[in-house]
Amino acid sequence: MKKSLFFGTLAAASALAGFASADTLADIKARGELLCGVHTGLTGFGFLDANGEYQGFDVAICKAVAAAVLGDANKVRYVPTTTETRFPSLASGEIDLLSRTSTWTLSRDTDLKFDFVAVNYYDSQGFMVRKELGVSSAKELDGETICVQPGTTTELNLADFFKSNDLTYTPVNVADDSEAQRQYIAGECIAYTTDASGLAASRATLPDAENHIILPEIISKEPFGPVVRHGDNTWGDIVRWTFYALVAAEELGITSANVNEIGTSTVNPEIRRILGTEGDMGAMMGLDAEWAKRAIAANGNYGEIFAANIGESTPIGLARGLNAQWTQGGLMYAPPFR
Amino acid sequence: MAESNQAFVRTAILPPQAPPLTEKGVIKWLRENLFSGWFNTILTLAALWAIYSLIAAALPWWLNGVWNAGSLGECRTIVAERAGPDVTGACWAMVRDRWHQFMFGFYPQDQYWRPTIAFGLLFAAITPVLFSGQKRLQTLMLTGVAAFLAATLWLATVPMLPVALTIILMLALLALAQVRPAALMWFTVIYPALAFFLLWGGSFWGPAVAMAGLLVLLLAYRLLLPLTGVGIAAGAGIGLALLWWAVLDAPIAAGLAWLAPIGLEPVASDRFGGFLLALTIGVTAISFSLPMGILLALGRQSDMVLIKTLSVGFIEFIRGVPLITLLFTASLLLQYFLPPNTNFDLILRVIILVTFFAAAYIAEVIRGGLAALPRGQYEAANALGLDYWSAQRLIIMPQALKIAIPGIVSTFIGLFKDTTLVAFVGLLDPLKGITQIVRADIAWKGIYWEPYIFVGAIFFVICFGMSRYSMYLEQKLKRDHR
Repeated sequence: MKKSLFFGTLAAASALAGFASADTLADIKARGELLCGVHTGLTGFGFLDANGEYQGFDVAICKAVAAAVLGDANKVRYVPTTTETRFPSLASGEIDLLSRTSTWTLSRDTDLKFDFVAVNYYDSQGFMVRKELGVSSAKELDGETICVQPGTTTELNLADFFKSNDLTYTPVNVADDSEAQRQYIAGECIAYTTDASGLAASRATLPDAENHIILPEIISKEPFGPVVRHGDNTWGDIVRWTFYALVAAEELGITSANVNEIGTSTVNPEIRRILGTEGDMGAMMGLDAEWAKRAIAANGNYGEIFAANIGESTPIGLARGLNAQWTQGGLMYAPPFR
Repeated sequence: MAESNQAFVRTAILPPQAPPLTEKGVIKWLRENLFSGWFNTILTLAALWAIYSLIAAALPWWLNGVWNAGSLGECRTIVAERAGPDVTGACWAMVRDRWHQFMFGFYPQDQYWRPTIAFGLLFAAITPVLFSGQKRLQTLMLTGVAAFLAATLWLATVPMLPVALTIILMLALLALAQVRPAALMWFTVIYPALAFFLLWGGSFWGPAVAMAGLLVLLLAYRLLLPLTGVGIAAGAGIGLALLWWAVLDAPIAAGLAWLAPIGLEPVASDRFGGFLLALTIGVTAISFSLPMGILLALGRQSDMVLIKTLSVGFIEFIRGVPLITLLFTASLLLQYFLPPNTNFDLILRVIILVTFFAAAYIAEVIRGGLAALPRGQYEAANALGLDYWSAQRLIIMPQALKIAIPGIVSTFIGLFKDTTLVAFVGLLDPLKGITQIVRADIAWKGIYWEPYIFVGAIFFVICFGMSRYSMYLEQKLKRDHR
């Protein structure tokens, strides 16, 4: 009884909160800073560097949106969120935008009343094993021990995969990535499974990285994307199109180096529309004409952000794969700016 | 006498001989304590084997520790060069590289002197509480604080003015400890505002005017005390102080800030982390939960139904809920009940709920102390004609608190360690929060034991200190001859 009363009050309060702050853009402009929910520490995607500055692939989205909306990529207040607090923080209005490797699923989109505005990283679950094992496919791991973090979608995917292939395995539960790595090195588990991006980072820091391989199987789809609340579609549109501006910029060859002059020097009408030399794309969202120009100038286009944070030149060394432009055989496809 | 001629009767006493080899020294001790029977012998051998294998496994790791490296990979290379392949070694270079984040979180680096001064003055502020009436110990402690501050401020780059002010303050406190030790308590009273000003910065007048509210309380109490009773005087004082905080505080602070803009660069709460965060939460919660716990314990024993019910309800509710739940309440639920766009600081929310949590436990510990007092003590207090508050202050509480010391200190130690749980609401506690951030850096990713050992060692020093102090206090307050 106490519990139902409690949740009833919670629901009523959240409904009120939902009504009260329907104009996120106005709130952000009044506040002068964007409240962006980020990871408390995930290599390459969102973390504080040695100087206390937030860095990473997901953090770049926060900066781009702040640049588009407020004109300054530094006007972001980062709110570190854990797996448990990320969605309640967004629902309660403590943050305007969540950019924290969150997988787009039906229940999160509908039941939790969020909008995943786009997919900024197509991830998948993979397995890492020792090369000397001679395994070339995850289906050869029948009966083996596998390190997995309990309570994640990873764990459920693993169970699904082995069940559907009629195989068995012994899970070795680990609390976090560092423990998984330790157990794996100690030989407590034959394979370690988590998101492929995380596996790549883990493998890169192993003492003998060359003796380990990531198996080619993709056993799940993990589309990560920035998330906003239901109830303010204008704000959702702004985040979505800021992201697509970064994607389109890569496709059209707008980079942080040429973003300031290409708008006037080019004849390509789409580039001119994106950069605000032509048309009034910004005004349709309640922004000024140069919103996308600032967003791109903040960290460069999608490809530059990828290369700087997680790309092949970084120690993490992720290949573009599914995250390449559609013209390169990937899934990054920005709708037309028209 | 015939007997004296008998050859077998000894005429001289034998000189004492050394005990047999097995009955003296180390061998005796070993026989009695370690090998007194077949079962104990087996246990001893098993324990020795366990200790040996632990040391054999861990010792090379400790001995091969590396202090100078730029990343975990470099550490591994150095260990491999030094000791050969397949040898493990600790990578303390991580601590060397990131120790400041374990200490201060992401507090601006050029402002590190502020938490350092606040930390030093914390010990100056608790001196009169810890060693009341012990002039020698107080002087010793204050000298220690002065030495600590002198050393750290000399090492750090600090503007001249705060250094000068700190030196003057420490000299004044030392002088005061010689002349009027009781007056040191005033520094303890103003310390919270001073620490708040140092840590969060902003206008000097905010905390100063808020402290003036306490002055209003005291003044009203003093003026009304002869006219009315304790209850009404205290009530009116609290009422006036609340009025001061609610109505006058903000405009006066703003006015003063406009007239004399003194202040420090503001630092937002989300820059706090590491031990700075743990100590901020822990010290605040400890110092506020004790008085609150005493009041709750008294409330629970009260004859007044309303007060008793409220106290019991509060204690049982808070004790019935895990701390994690309260932390999630602080971080997630409270936001729903506040008007949109109010930004009620997360650290403040967490401090309030941690204080409540500790207060409920302290209340029950103190109730144990109260229950252990013989009924005669209460009756004696009544017979002396003391009113309720005087009886509590002079007779009941000193004895009850003395009995409750081990329990109270245990609660405080537990509370301080529990501050690491704030990691679950996204705050950067030293154990999990900062460690996770350090590991997210590709240079230190994969490091496992080192951050835990480093943080654990600091926690041990602090908790062991508290524990030793509690033993000292018990010894000092011992009045019986049990």
